[in-house]
Amino acid sequence: MTDRLPGFNTLAIHAGAAPDAATGARATPIYQTTSFVFDDVDHAASLFGLQAFGNIYSRIGNPTCSVLEERVAALEGGTAALAVASGHAAEFLTFHTLLQPGDEFIAAKKLYGGSINQFNHAYKNFGWNVVWADSDDPSSFEAAITPKTKAIFVESIANPGGVIVDLQAIAAIAKRHRIPFIVDNTMATPYLIKPFEYGADIIVHSATKFLGGHGNSVGGLIVDGGSFNFAGDDRYPMLSKPRPEYAGMVLGETFGNFGFAIACRVLGLRDLGPALSPFNAFLILNGIETLPLRMQRHSDNTLAVAEHLASHSKVSWVSYPGLRSDRYHNLAKQYCPKGAGAVFTFGLKGGYEAGVKLVSNLKLFSHLANIGDTRSLVIHPASTTHRQLTDEQKTQAGAGPEVVRLSIGLEDTEDLIDDLNQALDAA
Amino acid sequence: MLIELPCPIPYVPFMNHDNYQNEYIRGILNSVKTIALVGASQNPARPSWIVTKYLLERGYDVIPINPGLAGTELLGKPVYASLKDVPVPIDMVEIFRNSEAAGPITDEALALDPLPKVLWMQLSVRNDEAAGKAEAKGLKVVMDRCPKIEFGRLSGEISWQGVNSRMISSKKPVLSGKGFQKLSLNRS
Repeated sequence: MTDRLPGFNTLAIHAGAAPDAATGARATPIYQTTSFVFDDVDHAASLFGLQAFGNIYSRIGNPTCSVLEERVAALEGGTAALAVASGHAAEFLTFHTLLQPGDEFIAAKKLYGGSINQFNHAYKNFGWNVVWADSDDPSSFEAAITPKTKAIFVESIANPGGVIVDLQAIAAIAKRHRIPFIVDNTMATPYLIKPFEYGADIIVHSATKFLGGHGNSVGGLIVDGGSFNFAGDDRYPMLSKPRPEYAGMVLGETFGNFGFAIACRVLGLRDLGPALSPFNAFLILNGIETLPLRMQRHSDNTLAVAEHLASHSKVSWVSYPGLRSDRYHNLAKQYCPKGAGAVFTFGLKGGYEAGVKLVSNLKLFSHLANIGDTRSLVIHPASTTHRQLTDEQKTQAGAGPEVVRLSIGLEDTEDLIDDLNQALDAA
Repeated sequence: MLIELPCPIPYVPFMNHDNYQNEYIRGILNSVKTIALVGASQNPARPSWIVTKYLLERGYDVIPINPGLAGTELLGKPVYASLKDVPVPIDMVEIFRNSEAAGPITDEALALDPLPKVLWMQLSVRNDEAAGKAEAKGLKVVMDRCPKIEFGRLSGEISWQGVNSRMISSKKPVLSGKGFQKLSLNRS
């Protein structure tokens, strides 16, 4: 029998999850334990020395979390993955593995606001310096490269929605300068876009959003594409130099094309500690089993709602790449032909007051600061997440006074449109 | 209807060295017992030491080969200077040297009597000319693969590290008998 690569739907259910070796349990068990008994003293030494595969302590690895890791690695087409406590933790451990104090990385300006804060403020404490570039103009990334540049970071579909990034163009620049290309694939998920196919080297996820998909668990993942050769590259000492923590082992050499994921685990997760709980891993795994079904439904629902809003008399504009008139529609056709995701923004002719009223009037949409739930969600950034900014800053951030962001869920489209209609009528 | 084509060269079974079938690798790892590991190291941080230890723990009789360490013991096993010095029949020769060095090592392996059954070149080591010579003599050849990674992948152990094993199965992994953190190559 040949080893045919299973399809996406099959991997979403089976990858990483064989029946349990000890009990035969078919669903992945929740290994709710801090620690694992060693077979003997020699086995313990082998595990601590990274000479054997196995489990020691759930801060470093856990069998429920490792099913999630292999599942997402398989769906993205990567060599390995690491599950962590949040999307922010995934970014943190990724940069910790790549950057030294004084280094720089280039990031797209259009990102999730939490990432912008993390890069602008928290990372400065580590001496990691962000340099911003414009994802609508890939040449701005090349112009920002200096000898200190250690990574390039973008979102495939950028929050707050409506922006599709030309991954191939930026990947070509990263390759030319031998810089690892990191893509946050949270908004697209591998169902809509597989960034490794376009030249990404590392993928990060907030599994809190569409991977988990039910609004119940915070989690994150780092996926190693296995495409960047760190061995022998002095710019990345975590991977290319003998590590004193492991008796002089060179991780990029010993672990080959999954060395980056191992380094994030044994140097980052082990020492910094943002481990994912096995219970959250279990819930996210359950979510992923229906990822292909949900993402298609999310995208189909979103297109219907966006089309309706685009023709509504109280709406001044809609920014959704699934719409034919959208400036990113051609990129969407190229990168995500199955759909452009579930998150987008639109503008109200009535400005700030209309935005506040709309959010108050909605009865089915939930007013909260998350995306990627089965439930439809709404937020008016100007009165909430971006409240502290000046009007000019709000507009620059895509959060002007008239802007409303939606994350469309899996309800009946008719009910979502009815709810928006009644809320707009009253706004 | 069968069409016979003239065949100017002796028939050599086709082996795609870019993409081995899982059953091919599993068959090799299930059938060999004695493995001569050329390029053994006594440094526990080196991949060759780690692979030696792992294979010993999995029940293989690993025979370390390294002229600089000949006469010493490595992980309790006597080290030999070269393949021809090994006093017992060798099932598999594992080459832990660079691709160029794999050529003369293959020649040494093919001069053994009895011949080994398998020639295995470590991850990042590939020498197609040497592979062709070995295949012409009936050896199975694996190149650019690590036996520890392949064992871990086929058994399911490597999944504990979040590595994409590229295997899915509705059959249980089987504990290897000792403890809970070693799996066998076969599923039930």
